[in-house]
Amino acid sequence: MKQFSVKIEVKLKAVVLDPQGKAVLNALGGLGFNGVSDARVGKIVELTMEGESSEEIGRKADEMCRKLLSNPVIEDFSVEIAEK
Amino acid sequence: MPNFGVLFFPGSNCDHDCYHAIRKILAQPCDLIWHEETSLAGIDCVVIPGGFSYGDYLRAGAISQFSPVVSPLRELAGLGVPVIGICNGFQILVESGLLPGAFIHNSSLKFVCRWTSVRVEDTDTPFTCTLRKGEVLKLPVANAQGNFVLPPDGNSSQGRRIVLRYCGDGGALTSEANPSGAEDNIAGIANSRGNVLGMMPHPERSFESLLGSEDGRKMFESVISWIKSRNADGKAV
Repeated sequence: MKQFSVKIEVKLKAVVLDPQGKAVLNALGGLGFNGVSDARVGKIVELTMEGESSEEIGRKADEMCRKLLSNPVIEDFSVEIAEK
Repeated sequence: MPNFGVLFFPGSNCDHDCYHAIRKILAQPCDLIWHEETSLAGIDCVVIPGGFSYGDYLRAGAISQFSPVVSPLRELAGLGVPVIGICNGFQILVESGLLPGAFIHNSSLKFVCRWTSVRVEDTDTPFTCTLRKGEVLKLPVANAQGNFVLPPDGNSSQGRRIVLRYCGDGGALTSEANPSGAEDNIAGIANSRGNVLGMMPHPERSFESLLGSEDGRKMFESVISWIKSRNADGKAV
């Protein structure tokens, strides 16, 4: 068995309004950071997983994202896998 | 008399409000059912109350959809038994796929706790069958993620019916009347069959004039009347 670090990024789809991102954008402007035209807030889930190959880990992580970690109606996800 | 079942999850906090409304005010049989229960036999109407199940971790309602009680809930929903999800209960129904759509943070980014007016758009559901189309109900909301969005891809295969919309006191659909920024002023939707209803406002908090409104009670009186007429017709609910 090998150990893998799995980093899952979940973010709202581009077409979905992001109220948190809007608030962050406004706050950055208020702090004097000019030139920021957009902000989107997402989530990162880091997992440590055991398995035989990164393909196997990828399949499992993909299923986790579809079932629980993301809501496919409004969110997209991406998975990064690195062997430890 | 219809048997009500109020489900509760770790972090539900409106379960006793619902129980009080049904058991004490309407004097109907009502069970409080823990989310680990695997059977809902004998229940004529399921109520999924508000709160913060599993602390709203990940997304509101995301983790509760895998509780054991959701399996028999799916079965009853499929049989046409009335199911109402209120606030976090609505979020759970959406996450479990029993209703379409999703929730994001309120457009104001604030927790919104206030009275709203909602207009009845569809009276062909158990919870609205004794109401008038266009009737305006005064009901309170209390949520941070009540900003309902329909699937952006416009997936038409998933049946949906808009049952309640936020409106002004006179019934006009305005953005000021929409406390969370919900798409199309949607306050409540049902599945295509109409037996599964999700709504953000709290009918159980508006059962007594002392609390400011009795309009929420009308929705529960409606479902009681619906169940009784089904039973009188000899139809299996």
